[in-house]
Amino acid sequence: MVAARMFDRFDEARIIGVAGLETMIGELGARGHAVVGPVRRDGAIVLEPIESVVDLPRGWVDEQTPGRYRLKRDGDSWFAPVVGPQSWKQFLHPPRQKLWTVRKSDAGATIEPEPLATEKYAFIGVRACEIAAIAVQDRVFMQGPYVDPNYAARRANAFIVAVNCSRAASTCFCPSMKTGPRATAGYDLALTELSGGDDARFLIEIGSAAGQSLVEALPTHPATKADIEAAAAIVAATEASISRTIDTGDLPELLKAEPDHPRWDDVAARCLNCANCTMACPTCFCTTVVDESALDGASASRSQRWDSCFTGDFSHVHGGAVRQTPKARYRQWMTHKLSTWHDQFAMSGCVGCGRCIVWCPVGIDITEEAAALRRAV
Amino acid sequence: MFDLRDPMVPAVARVIRSRHETADVWTLDLELVDAVWPGFSPGQFNMLSVFGVGEAPISFSGEPTDNAHIVHTVRAVGPVSKALCHLKVGDTVGVRGPFGNAWPMDHARGRDVIVVAGGLGLAPVRPVLYRLMADRRSHGRVTLLYGARNPGEILYRHEIEKWRTRLDIDVEVTVDHATADWRGHVGVVTKLIGRARFDPADAVAIVCGPEVMMRFAAKALADSGIPEKEIYLSMERNMKCGIGLCGHCQLGPLFICRDGPVFTQDRLRTLMATKEL
Ligand SMILES: Cc1cc2nc3c(=O)[nH]c(=O)nc-3n(C[C@H](O)[C@H](O)[C@H](O)COP(=O)(O)OP(=O)(O)OC[C@H]3O[C@@H](n4cnc5c(N)ncnc54)[C@H](O)[C@@H]3O)c2cc1C
Ligand code: SF4
Ligand code: SF4
Repeated sequence: MVAARMFDRFDEARIIGVAGLETMIGELGARGHAVVGPVRRDGAIVLEPIESVVDLPRGWVDEQTPGRYRLKRDGDSWFAPVVGPQSWKQFLHPPRQKLWTVRKSDAGATIEPEPLATEKYAFIGVRACEIAAIAVQDRVFMQGPYVDPNYAARRANAFIVAVNCSRAASTCFCPSMKTGPRATAGYDLALTELSGGDDARFLIEIGSAAGQSLVEALPTHPATKADIEAAAAIVAATEASISRTIDTGDLPELLKAEPDHPRWDDVAARCLNCANCTMACPTCFCTTVVDESALDGASASRSQRWDSCFTGDFSHVHGGAVRQTPKARYRQWMTHKLSTWHDQFAMSGCVGCGRCIVWCPVGIDITEEAAALRRAV
Repeated sequence: MFDLRDPMVPAVARVIRSRHETADVWTLDLELVDAVWPGFSPGQFNMLSVFGVGEAPISFSGEPTDNAHIVHTVRAVGPVSKALCHLKVGDTVGVRGPFGNAWPMDHARGRDVIVVAGGLGLAPVRPVLYRLMADRRSHGRVTLLYGARNPGEILYRHEIEKWRTRLDIDVEVTVDHATADWRGHVGVVTKLIGRARFDPADAVAIVCGPEVMMRFAAKALADSGIPEKEIYLSMERNMKCGIGLCGHCQLGPLFICRDGPVFTQDRLRTLMATKEL
């Protein structure tokens, strides 16, 4: 059976209701986690601390198209809106973090590293593509010759509650990237919303020992075969609704072979070099450092900040930026995502979440650009 | 050396000597304050911090067997390098490293070695020259071709003059713009390659300098018959971490800090030929 094969942890799947979710949020807090989930703020779904199911964007859906994002009331689901402007990198790889402080005295200088990150998050509502994006950043920050110890610490402490997508945005293309819409690994617990409203029912699957332990503390009952099939059907319907695609076939080779394709000039004429795509992208990891001196001159500190390959300073060397033109910068970004990332990390740098398409002020669409680059010159 | 808990946290070092080399170039000898320096391989670099100013990648330019001193030669071009050059004996700096890969010293044993350097590019290959001379009999012919913009910018001039008196290495120096008292070659360093003596089938080339110069030098060396995989170049890109985490130093599929900075010409040729990569 397809359903049984998809939902492989058949025996362990259980059903949880809204009261159970409320207990889950409380219990995660009691276990020392800062619980973060989707919250509606300023017309978008953002990721913020939540204390209760009341904070969830129940009854709202998102409409996402290139360059456009809108929320509207529709239905009575708890987890209808898919990915928003932020991603979980906001927490695991924060936009700004202090690295160390140096104190100077007549005797010399002493460096005080920032204490190792202690944040212990629980993320509620992590989509399959976002689990894939976290795996990409794990690879960058934890599996190379040098490890980012703060990322590794936050990552080790994080508890992940995935939500399988019951609908998709027009900009989603996770099936092309083989990252969704169903979370198959990389979570502690995974929810599928079988029905919404006050008596909402969620299928809950267990992905780790920590997940198992939490479920034991929650009011749940075993899922039936029908529940499991219903969950599979929901995700299958979501997948069937996704029409945006990217043909990844020989794309890595093609992008490298075509640095002078006229399409790069075409996209450069539209791109504002605003860096929105890199800020929104859940896998973009680049950073810069900023040094600051205290006014008394006795101490100084260094902080790390997100950076973007769309800025002029990014490739600065003595004599000027290596990538002077918007064309070179867009080409670097897209070629990195879809081609050279494979060389560097043996995986794609794009997980198909569609954020860069939605949050681009001029609606530049990475799938459309890839298709255009395929067309003969 | 860096804080073992976090490779982004430097160790503290003290300037124990500062030498003014040419108009805008200084050589600093550093000594770690509270840690043991593990040594370096020729070709590697440190991330040097001036507290409150910033950090920059700087190659090792000293004697590789000397673990007591960390030696760097810096050209004052921007905020960090200027601040480094202005440091006085006793001042403190931050040190993270050694990072990056190395020149192919073992591979060069038993072969002819031709070193081509331009401008400040002589600094990162000086440890190579020290090694070659200390272990002279393990190599075939050894040649240094060095180009500077004008006689006043010739780096390590006294050492070059000393090396030139040796009978077991060929040293040729050229300048782009001669002054009245200059009696040597005039013109770009790549022009000297055709006249150098080496067996292209059994030679290793080590090239360091501005990117344009390296591009022309690599081509001239390849034209002279040295296989591209025997031509080694040290690349420079913007770097904010030195350890493959900040994303700045990418050149196509390569991270210069993590995979380099030393690469062979067969890997670099098409990458360097692509504008603004
Ligand atoms: C592996 C490696 C090894 C190296 N080894 C050495 C070495 O041994 N010795 C050495 O001297 N150098 C070396 N370098 C080069 C050195 O790291 C750079 O020159 C470094 O950028 C100097 O930092 P800075 O802050 O002084 O200058 P930068 O800030 O990089 O400034 C360089 C120049 O650009 C200008 N500038 C600065 N910021 C901007 C901006 N935002 N926009 C436009 N222009 C700007 C400055 O005024 C200056 O003229 C090496 C580099 C690498 C990658
Ligand atoms: S490149 Fe765009 S679609 Fe791909 S992961 Fe990044 S934001 Fe999502
Ligand atoms: S592609 Fe769009 S979002 Fe990205 S830098 Fe260009 S204009 Fe900004």
